[in-house]
This record gives sequence, C-alpha cells and structure tokens, in this order.
Amino acid sequence: MSDTATAPLLAVDHLTMRFGGLVAIDDVSFVAADRQITAIIGPNGAGKTTVFNCLTGFYQPTEGRLTLTHPRKGPFLLERMDGYRIPQEADVARTFQNIRLFSQMTVLENLIVAQHNRLMRASAFTLAGLVGLSRYTSAEKKAVEKARYWLDKVNLTDRADWDAGHLPYGAQRRLEIARAMCIDPVLLCLDEPAAGLNPRESHDLNRLLLSIRDEEGIGLLLIEHDMNVVMEISDHIVVLDYGRKISDGTPAEVRADPAVIRAYLGEEEDEELPPAVAEDLAAEKTHPERPGGEGA
Amino acid sequence: MGDTTARTPAANPGVDWAALAKESVLTALVVLGLSVYMIGLKAEDVTGGLAIITRYDSVAIVTVLAFLLRAALVLVRSGVYLPVILVCGALAVAMTGLLGAWWATGEEMSAYLPFGDPVVNGLLDLMLIALAVRAALRLRASLHGPAKAMTQEEKEAKAARFVKNFSMFAGPALLAFALIYPFLPFVDRFYLDVAVLVMTYVMLGWGLNIVVGLAGLLDLGYVAFYAVGAYSYALLATNFDLGFWVCLPFAGVMAASFGLLLGFPVLRLRGDYLAIVTLGFGEIIRVILLNWYQFTNGPDGISGIPKPTFFGLPLVRRAADGGETFHQFFNMQYSTTDRIVFLYYVILILAMVTNLFTMRIRKLPIGRAWEALREDEIACRSLGINPTNTKLTAFAIGAMFAGFAGSFFATRQGFISPESFTFIESAVILAVVVLGGMGSQIGVVVAAVILIGLPEIFRDLQQYRMLAFGGAMVLIMLWRPAGLLAFREPTIRLWKGGGKPEPGNEKAAAEAGP
Repeated sequence: MSDTATAPLLAVDHLTMRFGGLVAIDDVSFVAADRQITAIIGPNGAGKTTVFNCLTGFYQPTEGRLTLTHPRKGPFLLERMDGYRIPQEADVARTFQNIRLFSQMTVLENLIVAQHNRLMRASAFTLAGLVGLSRYTSAEKKAVEKARYWLDKVNLTDRADWDAGHLPYGAQRRLEIARAMCIDPVLLCLDEPAAGLNPRESHDLNRLLLSIRDEEGIGLLLIEHDMNVVMEISDHIVVLDYGRKISDGTPAEVRADPAVIRAYLGEEEDEELPPAVAEDLAAEKTHPERPGGEGA
Repeated sequence: MGDTTARTPAANPGVDWAALAKESVLTALVVLGLSVYMIGLKAEDVTGGLAIITRYDSVAIVTVLAFLLRAALVLVRSGVYLPVILVCGALAVAMTGLLGAWWATGEEMSAYLPFGDPVVNGLLDLMLIALAVRAALRLRASLHGPAKAMTQEEKEAKAARFVKNFSMFAGPALLAFALIYPFLPFVDRFYLDVAVLVMTYVMLGWGLNIVVGLAGLLDLGYVAFYAVGAYSYALLATNFDLGFWVCLPFAGVMAASFGLLLGFPVLRLRGDYLAIVTLGFGEIIRVILLNWYQFTNGPDGISGIPKPTFFGLPLVRRAADGGETFHQFFNMQYSTTDRIVFLYYVILILAMVTNLFTMRIRKLPIGRAWEALREDEIACRSLGINPTNTKLTAFAIGAMFAGFAGSFFATRQGFISPESFTFIESAVILAVVVLGGMGSQIGVVVAAVILIGLPEIFRDLQQYRMLAFGGAMVLIMLWRPAGLLAFREPTIRLWKGGGKPEPGNEKAAAEAGP
C-alpha cells in the first residue's frame, strides 16, 4: 500500500453527534490522506451519512473537531463554519445519496452554477455582468471550458443541453460528480456513488474516481455499500457500526478484521449456544474471508 | 373500416346503450343538484325587501340539455359521427341564426330559444358547435384510416415545440404591437386605459416572476411592495413637492428595503410557511397604512398626487406656474388623450426595463443561482452558494420593481388609499404569473391580457364576465396545468442546434439541422 507518508488532508477527532437521546456518531476519529481514496463503510444506520453531514456543515457536531488541512490555504476548522462556506472557502465538495441535481436546468447549467462564486466575483456581484463587461464574458467562457472538460470526462458532452432531470440514472450520478468537481475541491465526499449502477457503470465509476485521485490530485472520501467498488479502489477504509469506529486500515486489513465480519454477518449470542456449535459457526464465518484477505 | 362504422351507426356494436344512459343520467343528476339552488332560486328586490322567485322551468331545461349533450358526447366517443354532426350542426345553425337576428334587429327571439338570456343561449350554441366540430374531426380521422396514435410524451413534446416557437416569435411581435398600439384606429380613451392597466399588471407579473418563477419563493404579499412604492412617491410628492422622475428611484429603493425587511425573518421558511408569512406581511403593511393616520392619512388616502412630466414639460392645458406645456413646446393641438398616451409609454418603458433586466439577470450567476435555489436548496449549499444572500437579492429586486410599478400607479390615479392594496391584488398578480407559466416572460403578458384585459373589455356582459373568468381558469388548468406558456429557455447552450437531441424532441433537432 501507499505507506509513503501522505499529508493528512482531513483529521476527524473525537466526533460525536447526538440527536436528543440518540447517539448517531460516538467518538469517531480517523484521518483521510491527501491524494488517497478513503472509504467509510458499515451496515445501514451505522452513521456514515451523519459523518458526511457533519463534515459538509449540514449538521453541527455535538462534540469533536474536524480539521481540513488545505494544501494551499492552510487549516480550516470545519465544525465552526457555516454550511455554504465549507465548499466556498475550504473547497470541500460533496454528492448526495439521493441525487440532488437541478433537474429543470440543463446539464451545462448545472456545471456553471457550481462555479457560482468565481463567476459572481467576475461579474462584480452582478453589476459588471449587467452592463456586459468583457471581464465577465471571458470568465463565463472559462467556466464553460471547465464544464466542457468535466463533461468530456464523464461522457456527457453530447447531452450537455438536456435537462438534467431527463438523463438516465447512471448519467445523473456522473453529472453530480462532475458538478462537485467544478468547484475545484481539495476533498470530494461521495455518498454512495455506485448505488443503483449496473456492473459496467460501476466499473466506469471506479475508473473515474481513480482518475480524479491521480490526475486532479485531490483526496476522496467515499461512503459505499458496493464492496467491489470499495475493495478495488480504496486506499484506506474506515468501518463504522452503531456510530462507533470498529476498524480502520487498508482493504486487506479491514477484510480480515473479525470485528468487521461480526458487524456485517451478525453477532451470535454465544451464551445461548452450545460451545461446539458456536465454534463451528465462527469457523464457517472467518474461513471464506481468508483467501480474499490474503489475495488483496 | 372507419367508413362502415360512420355510415351505419345503428348497426354499430360499439354503442353501449346502457352505459350511455347511465352516464347521461348521472351527468343530468349532477347538473340537477347544482342548478336547483343556483338557477332554481333567485333573490330579487321587490317593494319591501327581498323575495325569492323560483325558476324551476329553467332547471328542467338545463337538466334535459345536460342529459342530451352528454349522450351526444358519448355517441361521438363510441363512433357515431354523422347523426351527431347533422343534429348538432342543424341546431347550432338555427340558434346562431336566431341569436344573430336578435342581435341585429333587437327583436325578442326568446320564444324560439330555450333560455330568456342571449348570453346563456350563446353558451349553449357554443357547446353545440364544439360537439359538431369534435364529431367532424373524429369522422375525418376515421376516414383517413386509423391515425397514428400519439403517445402522451409525443403530445407533450409537440406542445412544448409550439410553445417554444410561439414564445420566440410572439415577443418581438407583441412589442411592435405595443409600440404602435395608441395610434391604432380603434383605440380610444377606454382602450388606452385598459392597456395601461394591463401593462401595470404585466410589469407586476414580471417583477413577481423574479421571486416566484425564478427563485421559487411563493410570495402572497407582493402587493405590500406595490403599496410601499405608491406611498413613497405620494408622500414625497405631496410633502416635498418632488416630481415623478426624481421619486421613482427612491420609491424603488424603499420597496427594496422592505423586501429585505421581509426577507430576513422568512429565510428559513419554504413553501406553505413562506406563503403564510408573506401573506401576513402584506396585510401588516395595509393595516399600518390604514391606521397611521398622521403619516398616511389613513383610509382617506392621499390625493393630488402630481402627474409625470415629459422632460419637465407638463401634459396639461395650461401650466400652473405659467411655464411651457408639452403641446405648446411641440406646437400641437391640446388633447386630453395625450396624457394617457404618455402614461401608456411610461408604463411600457418601465415594464420593458423590468423584462430586459430579468432576461439579462437570468444569464448572470445570480440569476442561475436563483433558479438553482428553486430546484434544490441543499445542493446549492453544497456548492458554496450562500442561500441567505441569494434569497434576499431575489426578494429585494422583485420588491424594487413592485415599487416602481407602485409609483406609476400613484401618479396615474392621482389618488391612493389602502383599499387599492388588498390581498386580492396579490392573488391576481400571482394568478398572472402562475397561469402564464412560472418563469415564462411572454406567458405573463398573455395571462395579464386574459385575466385583466378581457374582464375589462367585456364589462358589458355584467355578471357573466366572472363566469367566463372562472371558466377560463378551469380550462387553462385542465389543458395546460403548468401554465399557458410554460417553457424554459436554457440560459446557455453548449451546442447551437446540434448535439444529441432530447428524448421526444428528435424532430425539432432534425429540423434545426446539424
């Protein structure tokens, strides 16, 4: 694995999120490195999306610190920032589990809206744009070029003028990633990008995510249920269960971790089973995982 | 195959007489239930108070007619064309003839007609014509063989193409018409007044379109900003002796500040909740205007608001201070309509400024952010768009145009009072925007003409104009639930006519060519 020390891009320290009496995240700490793909996995209700919502300012964490070390702008304490300032200043982009596109606007418009803040400055907060100064025109041209670049990457160029809502599902997922990339992020958070994709589409998605990591040189944080995607592209995996971190490491390490297996396949009540049966069950469960763990 | 069904209707196995009877009886019953109270009983002034007169004969006629018309409709649906065409056509021709004679000679013809009132007879005539035309169209379709059934998607795409083409050509055509309108031969003082009124609502509709159509914030208190603009101008003009053109920007700024004032508390609200709060805001402004007697003169209103001048030249017969007037300067005969024509052009320019501003700002980042906010606020935040500022600008800019329109209203009327700024005004402006098709500029014009202009022009029809108004609303909602001209032109295109066409839109792209 890439043991060469990569700078920590995001440090999550003792993150806790409570909703009334419910503890959604309980003292979770992990680090996501720059230029790496970090996956957060875990069974349903493990608190993965809540971590994302804390990171991107949709929730105010109850406790804990979220430090983003921006390669160019220095450190940001994300838990203290307003939701919209996190993408605007700290350059953290995200996608959503249930796709959130501007569905009545065209594909191209979706990508232009993502470059809102740069264009706003270029149009001198609308005043220069209203009278049609060339500064704004050229800024818009640049924005279209950037959009074009990402359209080419996600293979949507010839459908650029479609309403985003008319695209097929897989294309909408790709467009959402392209839109997030248009804000020039240093950290891209993807909430289940492979959900609902067929094997071919999810293979293409893997290639896209790897190329974002390698060519754009940014960190990716990924929530995913599709283990093929996770195991194939992740550099680092964090496993959550019931709001706690139960494992953390490379794909091979995580795959072999008994705590992870227990979380995914269920924990049998040892006391109620005869010892022999319990042993058999444990053997059955760990055994099939072993070859895969070694092969990775 | 279509021929046989059409020519031998009696032998047509498609007619299910039992179903026909059932459907027609049901319709007749519904009509009977409704008309017993609405038509059967009428309160009338008699000496010594109100008396209720009964008109059960009309109820009977209406019920029988409902039965017959419904039966005819079912017959058309099951493939019986010729008899329906013949019967309905003959009746329609006869009725049209009688009504025409009535209108031309003024001689009472109601003895030969089912109803005593020409308008109601006319409605029945229209229904008969519609039935005959429908049957004729079906017959033609069946003679030409089974028509290629259009799917719902194709129909929608066709409608969308029509709306798109209409929107593109109608804009310049309507503008040209508006420019020469005061000089058209049939346009007299009344038509000019109606046009000024319609144009005021067009401007208000375009202003509200920014808030509702673009930013997607349902504002039921828009009239409050209209009132703020009107009172700003009226108070400045009467207290400080300032002219219209000086006060106009100030009225806009005042209204925009009130937009911000309303915007702040409602930022977190969406949909229904926002609508309720804005509704309350509209009422608060009106109640303040009504009760702050020392400042606004309360229910007595403000009168003697000065008229706008043409670059300092007043449009009056004789200038008050002995100065030069418009007609003296241009060596023209003085005419009272000059002033109305001038007002017409003032509102036309104000409205066009609103329109051009909106069209331009749609293509700017702030306009795109408004539309994005309408589509998905959470996604906007995840892209670093500040929803607070974006919403506030939409509120403020929308309010500013209402303020301009309000000053114009004050100067045109010469007198304003809180009565002009009731909730119903907000509702009418919103209806103009929604019926026109949210976000559609040309739709607002069409809807304003229909909702404001037609009721004015058909004032002679008295109570029936409200009936027609309601009927038109129902029809629009049935046929074009998204609004008359709901069509969104993308603010930017990657492909000019080329590119891969959208589903259901292949034909349009093929016409455009590569």
